[in-house]
Amino acid sequence: MSVTFLGMPADRPFPRNAARAVRDSQLRFNLRKATRTIRARRASVVAEAPDWAELREAGRAIKEHTLRNLDRYLVQLEEAVTAAGGHVHWAAGAAEANRIVAGLVKATGETEVVKVKSMATQEIGLNEALLEQGITAYETDLAELIVQLGDDRPSHIVVPAIHRNRAEIREIFAEHMSGWGRPAPEDLTDEPAALAEAARLHLRERFLKTKVAISGANFAIAETGTMVVLESEGNGRMCLTLPRTLISVVGIEKVLPSWRDLEVFLQLLPRSSTGERMNPYTSTWTGAAEGQEFHLVLLDNGRTRVLADEVGRQALRCIRCSACLNVCPVYERTGGHAYGSVYPGPIGAILTPQLRGMGSELDRSLPYASSLCGACYEVCPVAIDIPSVLVDLRSRARHPWPERAGMAAAGWVFERHGRLARLQRAGGRLRRLVPRRLPGPLGGWTDTRDLPEVPRESFREWWDRTDGGRR
Amino acid sequence: MRVALFVTCVNDTLFPDTGRAVVRLLRRLGVEADFPRAQTCCGQMHANTGYRDEAVRLARRGVAALRGYDAVVVPSGSCAAMIREQYPKLAGSRGPFADAVARVVPRTYELTEFLVDVLGVTDVGAYFPHRVTYHPTCHSLRGIHLGDRPLTLLRQVKGLELVPLADAEECCGFGGTFAIKNADVSAAMCADKVRAVLDTGAEVLCAADNSCLMHIGGMLGRQKSGVRVMHLAEILCSTETAGVR
Repeated sequence: MSVTFLGMPADRPFPRNAARAVRDSQLRFNLRKATRTIRARRASVVAEAPDWAELREAGRAIKEHTLRNLDRYLVQLEEAVTAAGGHVHWAAGAAEANRIVAGLVKATGETEVVKVKSMATQEIGLNEALLEQGITAYETDLAELIVQLGDDRPSHIVVPAIHRNRAEIREIFAEHMSGWGRPAPEDLTDEPAALAEAARLHLRERFLKTKVAISGANFAIAETGTMVVLESEGNGRMCLTLPRTLISVVGIEKVLPSWRDLEVFLQLLPRSSTGERMNPYTSTWTGAAEGQEFHLVLLDNGRTRVLADEVGRQALRCIRCSACLNVCPVYERTGGHAYGSVYPGPIGAILTPQLRGMGSELDRSLPYASSLCGACYEVCPVAIDIPSVLVDLRSRARHPWPERAGMAAAGWVFERHGRLARLQRAGGRLRRLVPRRLPGPLGGWTDTRDLPEVPRESFREWWDRTDGGRR
Repeated sequence: MRVALFVTCVNDTLFPDTGRAVVRLLRRLGVEADFPRAQTCCGQMHANTGYRDEAVRLARRGVAALRGYDAVVVPSGSCAAMIREQYPKLAGSRGPFADAVARVVPRTYELTEFLVDVLGVTDVGAYFPHRVTYHPTCHSLRGIHLGDRPLTLLRQVKGLELVPLADAEECCGFGGTFAIKNADVSAAMCADKVRAVLDTGAEVLCAADNSCLMHIGGMLGRQKSGVRVMHLAEILCSTETAGVR
């Protein structure tokens, strides 16, 4: 099986990345503030939709139906896009997709492209691949711009620069904007309006002189061949309309059967994602517009393998709203970089090891990056049962031997109640010998917490001695 | 009605006071609960850590021990959720194990569900003159949807002053083996929970799960905070004549 690349190096396991992140007070402060703000906004706009439960069920059902008939809808999509004057390309993996896109850009003779924020192109590491071919890709989403200028990595699906505060952003703009185009104004402050204006001026120049654009799509309608992009800033619409060549890289799971299905997702996505009733910009296009060339690259990159998995396939229903990230207590304390993938948080913890396989230590550790508190499942607009998938993935990875030994021992004790009773009696007698600090990996718990005192008598012994309290 | 008490391995081994409190409370309300001796552990630790085969073996034992009762009462939202949510998945759709699970699952109640839904009681005649805050543990909240049953019961306790806990619905960071495998994140989550508890000024933190209480209580203890943790059952079982412990 080939290794699926997901836009980030997979080296250290999650707990080690996380240990570093929880000590970063600036990161913790930024994340706590941002996730709590979005969380509260989402909760209030979801609460005002009286039919939310029905919408969520409809979203789940449409996605499930589409995935079950994916082959049929993808062929229909290809036919519709081609009929509307577009060109469709199929890419099995990241390398193939990058090769196709680089070839298409080269054919135009251009060496610069503007980009609409897209998870699919992040996933395949398109910017880096284009750079190797002498093509510079400019991110135009405000948060992606911050990440790109700061030579950083995105840490959130919708808000890639969530780990940065406005003072840090001012510094990044002042220092790096000049290297990528129009410099930031001399007197730039960290007022949000001033920062937005600096980005606007910087990007405006870029839009006007770039002839090729690359996007993803939130949805692709099989019935009509229409691509749909939802965004907040309008930069996406500039990229989609101004350039002469438009290339869209879209995961095969993004297809929806009909135009009508959109009504459900145009309600579910903005409310779950940015806590808005409606996103400010919804752009749709079908095939090639006049004077523009359109290419659609349909990306698999591990998706059909995920689709073959009975429990895990529900992860493909994901509409990348990031509600699960914003509500996750683990994500809130570690940030996205700890997950070592462009898909962080709870959905990343199930999607990444499925797409990439569980070959690396990091990928094996991701299904454990959750306390199984269930908050992610509760907010998911397409009802992905993330905790169940996490548990299922946990049962597949090979476990470290000390853990296997411990679990086997515990299993042996619990197998017979007589064994448990004997262990409890021994514990009661030796209770004074229990150390304050537990050995080995268990020490992580006792470093910050006191163990409970072992009781003299277990419940079971009490029940036997007193006949259930009657004596 | 033949009622079985599934006391859970954590309560049985480390927190027998909780089990005794459940027995006394139920008896006071006219319910004699049996303690099926063959019970040990629901298997949640094995299931959630990825040891499916062991979990299946323990689930088989669990349903066998609890067979034949009209109701099974569990003083743990977490273990009740394990039986109700995960046993059917472990058992599959057919066969004797699946049948046994199908019989036990609808009869399994977390303690406060049993009191409020089955017995129809919200005032259990308890007396507990202390300032108390309640942490709705994740599995109580999102696993079995206990809702405000525990709060309804606590509000009827004489002398008890119930104070709200900020960010109550957020996980304390226990998560079974999560607390060991991701010790740093777990400690960070627990620290935030502890801060919220201390901010309430409560003397007692209560919940429907001793494992979460052990986790939070362990840090409250290490900080010498003076805040006590108690299982909800122990508060509900206290009366004016029979104080706490």
